[in-house]
Amino acid sequence: MLKQTEGSHGVAEAVALCRPEVICAYPISPQTHIVEALGEMVKGGELKNCEFINVESEFAAMSVAIGASAAGARAYTATASQGLLFMVEAVYNASGLGLPIVMTVANRAIGAPINIWNDHTDAMSQRDCGWIQLYAETNQEALDLHIQAFRLGEELSLPVMVCMDGFILTHAYERMDIPTQEQVDAFLPPYEPRQVLDPREPVSIGAMVGPEAFTEVRYLAHAKQLQALDLIPRIAGEFKTVFGRDSGGLVRPYRTEDAQTIIVGLGSMLGTIKDTVDELREEGVKIGVLGVTSFRPFPLAAVRDALKNAQRVVVMEKALAVGIGGILSTNVRMALSGIHLHGYTVIGGLGGRAVTKAALHRVFRQAIHDQLEPVHFLDLDWNMVNKELERERQKRRSGPIAENILRDVGMVAAKIG
Amino acid sequence: MFQVRIHGRGGQGVVTAAEMLSVAAFLEGRHAQAFPSFGSERTGAPVVAFCRIDTREIRLREPIMQPDALIIQDPTLLHQVDVFSGLKRDGYMLINTNRSFDALGLGDFVKEFRHERLLTVPATELALKHIGRPLPNAVLLGGFAAISGMISLDSVLAAIRERFTGKVAEGNIAAATEAYKFVLEEEKEAESHA
Repeated sequence: MLKQTEGSHGVAEAVALCRPEVICAYPISPQTHIVEALGEMVKGGELKNCEFINVESEFAAMSVAIGASAAGARAYTATASQGLLFMVEAVYNASGLGLPIVMTVANRAIGAPINIWNDHTDAMSQRDCGWIQLYAETNQEALDLHIQAFRLGEELSLPVMVCMDGFILTHAYERMDIPTQEQVDAFLPPYEPRQVLDPREPVSIGAMVGPEAFTEVRYLAHAKQLQALDLIPRIAGEFKTVFGRDSGGLVRPYRTEDAQTIIVGLGSMLGTIKDTVDELREEGVKIGVLGVTSFRPFPLAAVRDALKNAQRVVVMEKALAVGIGGILSTNVRMALSGIHLHGYTVIGGLGGRAVTKAALHRVFRQAIHDQLEPVHFLDLDWNMVNKELERERQKRRSGPIAENILRDVGMVAAKIG
Repeated sequence: MFQVRIHGRGGQGVVTAAEMLSVAAFLEGRHAQAFPSFGSERTGAPVVAFCRIDTREIRLREPIMQPDALIIQDPTLLHQVDVFSGLKRDGYMLINTNRSFDALGLGDFVKEFRHERLLTVPATELALKHIGRPLPNAVLLGGFAAISGMISLDSVLAAIRERFTGKVAEGNIAAATEAYKFVLEEEKEAESHA
């Protein structure tokens, strides 16, 4: 049913339709509306056979999810930013143990400086933790990816992170098609665990493994992610059969057929990128977009296939690998091993800075003329940067950078863009 | 695409107004995207929310920097925030105040725009009368329906009903309806003087 609602509420409805049995979460913006809505559904009796557990921290949230999943329950949680970092040890355990927990990450920056706004630094910090990571472009896709995530995770016995841009998606009201319970039931069978803590057939889960077999256990985790490369498109295909729309999959090419320049990106930024690309196409520029939905496993072959005929690739990143530049672009580079083309990394949208069409036009034009530096910071205010650098040159005790810069910037309430 | 920017203060229902406007457009079969300027939603702090309306899917996710319409829920923002930033020359504007543009010191400013598309509405007074609380958000949506013709009053009232129930819904509906009539009357009067 079509509904105009908040992204968080749409996702909460999708999760509820997946019949979770345990939901545990600790509130943190911008994820909070999702678990609040689920909490209300459990309390109101709409979501039956589900226990909502309030926990004292994110570390506890993931630990409870691990316990619930190991006991054979379909488990869900959601977090963001510092919350994700706080649960990291348990995050690695969930994947290492092969427990198919589904977790929403409402992407938000990581401090310091503390910042509640959107970027991808939180989820990107967990790119190697062994979870599958899917990135939603729209709220409809966020909703759909959650339904696919339970199916995917449970088939592989691996946890899945569904990443959706905090605020930009979670707090946006837009049209979503909410499926029926019958559709979701037809697509998602009841959870049949590979391993379960069952007193009738006792096992232990979580053995210590020494050098004699650790590599093999880790390789099997990698092998499962490689299996996901086949399973993700298959599940997206089945999803289309049941729900009638394209959602998920590994990558999504847009106007790439004859494109000399291809922009690669993740998440909600893709919409603004596509609008910009359409305008450039009208001017006759051969430019296209490659959206990456599955960041883990990273679809090396699909990315290579989509980019191999281009002359240049611009990778847009909402995260910064301090000391090198891009994260997504490093992965894209690996996909392009042996192929010679111009590669650019554009870091933008950090800590909630708007990624505007005007800024994208500017960098795409520079890229088309191969005038872009290898790592470019979108809309970086050099005056602000240079002022602080000068301060540091002038004075040993130059003081805290964030506070210095805020003093330079002054009141920010007046700014709209 | 039609883009609306709503300015107000935390507690005045700025974000709710943008969301209800998007629901009203959705009910008319259009695509709509409402979102807040994130993070500053504290009581009394300047808040901005946005709503895009289109006949096709909206992919753009930047803030609205060149609005087709501005709704200003709190006139005390005029000298604090650059609320008029980017308003199109043929754009619409509603300011919640019982004063005139001249009295607000905006007489010269509004001359740059199409005068019949800019109006002041005493939305707080209407809210106090019908709702009993100074909540101008839904009231101004009634006025917006009248001045812009972008959305019908019925859709605005349906969006209010979807959001609120009971007395709050009734009060907002009555206030929005009166604001709608007020704007139509003001326009008629302006026409007769023209």
